[in-house]
Amino acid sequence: MKTRVVLWTVAALAILLVLPAVLSSYQLSLLTKMLIFGIFAMSLDLLLGYAGLPSLGHAAYFGVAAYTVGLLALRVANNFWVDFPAGLLMAACVSALFGLFALRTRGSYFLMITLALGQVLWGIAFGWRSLTGGDDGLPSVPRPQLPLPWALTEGVPFYYFVLAFFALASGVLWVIVSSPFGRALVGIRESERRMEVLGYDVWRYKYLAFILAGLFAGLAGNLFVYFNGFVSPSYLNIVFSASALLMVILGGAGTLVGPALGAAVIVFLENLISAYMERWVLVLGVIYVLVTLFAPGGLVGLVRQRLGSSGT
Amino acid sequence: MTALQVEQLSHRFGGLLALSDVNLTVAPGERLAIIGPNGAGKTTLFNIVTGIFRPSAGRIRLFGRDVTRLPTHRRAHLGLARTFQITTLFPRLTVLDSVLLAVQGLDPARFTLHRPRRTYGHLLERAESLLADWGLADRCHQVTGRLSYGEQRQVELILALAGAPKVLLLDEPTAGLSPAETAAVAEMIRRFSRDTTILLIEHDMDVALDLVDRVAVLFQGRVLTEGNKDEIRRDPEVAAIYLGTDDA
Repeated sequence: MKTRVVLWTVAALAILLVLPAVLSSYQLSLLTKMLIFGIFAMSLDLLLGYAGLPSLGHAAYFGVAAYTVGLLALRVANNFWVDFPAGLLMAACVSALFGLFALRTRGSYFLMITLALGQVLWGIAFGWRSLTGGDDGLPSVPRPQLPLPWALTEGVPFYYFVLAFFALASGVLWVIVSSPFGRALVGIRESERRMEVLGYDVWRYKYLAFILAGLFAGLAGNLFVYFNGFVSPSYLNIVFSASALLMVILGGAGTLVGPALGAAVIVFLENLISAYMERWVLVLGVIYVLVTLFAPGGLVGLVRQRLGSSGT
Repeated sequence: MTALQVEQLSHRFGGLLALSDVNLTVAPGERLAIIGPNGAGKTTLFNIVTGIFRPSAGRIRLFGRDVTRLPTHRRAHLGLARTFQITTLFPRLTVLDSVLLAVQGLDPARFTLHRPRRTYGHLLERAESLLADWGLADRCHQVTGRLSYGEQRQVELILALAGAPKVLLLDEPTAGLSPAETAAVAEMIRRFSRDTTILLIEHDMDVALDLVDRVAVLFQGRVLTEGNKDEIRRDPEVAAIYLGTDDA
């Protein structure tokens, strides 16, 4: 089992490394976007799949990081070593603040308060035109200039730049979810009361998970604003948060590979379908219904069923 | 030195007085049964001792230390463990994973996040030896929710024992079990270390009296009487309560 996982990981990484050789530049940018949203979905899964906290405001940390990097790069200086950490720090700080409120609640109340807090940020981004450009967003955010032999303005070097972060984020998240801390999160998801009696300070675990999830969402936001060169309030709002939830559920909550796959599928479908019709959100809704009805374990659940293995 | 001391404990749920001026003293290593009809306040007492509820009045001392305001997890680190009447195991985790969580709960490693748990050999060793000691080694890779009800109860007892507790509260460990399963669980409790102080809530008088040294009878939120097994067996008031209100 363990060697199989290692083999699959190596194979996936090898494929991701050689894909630029065969993809068109348009396909490569789509793949880059999949990786970025993959990080975003995995970060949400730390909350939803491991700690059992269904956040409906995860776009907040993605958006805050994207706006921070965008604003600094445009208004102050396009310095990667300042802008990038600042984006991460802002995402972590906002999640540390929101966590204080959100973690006082449970279940559907948690869903509602994370939604409300996220919408507050959306409201600020939408209303504070002089800072954020309001509805128009922040256009022409430049990509960072790093002392590398390749310019990140090119598609292929930027893809590898994102891939490096994707690999790093997946690796770190994997260590976290298999650590004593990560296993305790799963215990909390299954039975909070029992964990308290066993000696776990449940609140501290949930709070740290909340901040870590915000931090990794911020990483995705950072990469996205460089990728897209543009950020608007729509990356802070509920539809974006909900589609992140859908990526996690579609792929399989409580695994890391599932949400990454879910993100890839959603990005692909969105790209395919929005070329033909306006009603992309409607399609998202239909996918959600189909997954909950026919594949509650997501894509990973379906594969596991096929292989006849069980696990958590 | 007493293991557990409950002093003038009262607890209200809205207008209902669930516990009223309850006093109990339990010596180290003692086994005390708390019996009484439904609604007598037995589980409420456990919830207050473990810190799940804050009492309206009164104090809880654990080995002399006032823990009345201490959160549940801190009390666990002082050596307090419990089981629940309604099984709240980790239904989707394997038996081994569940026991590992229990072992890890009092270990300094519980808060590390930069190392996979499987690299902590001592946690796995302890979990496996617990499962072997209590005869569930062959179940370790099964999902807890799929075990029989009796085996789930045994897993629950193992979780409570994982931290080698000094004071153990057992809330109706044999409720809902078949006679054979009840016997297995009772045998397990009998084998617990004599160093562990045990408070046992038990509906079945025969099971209770068989396992403990002393009995406290709780009735309508008050300690009606306390005494050794024979005194309780002969007590006409206790008989009246059990014959009059218990339909089991």
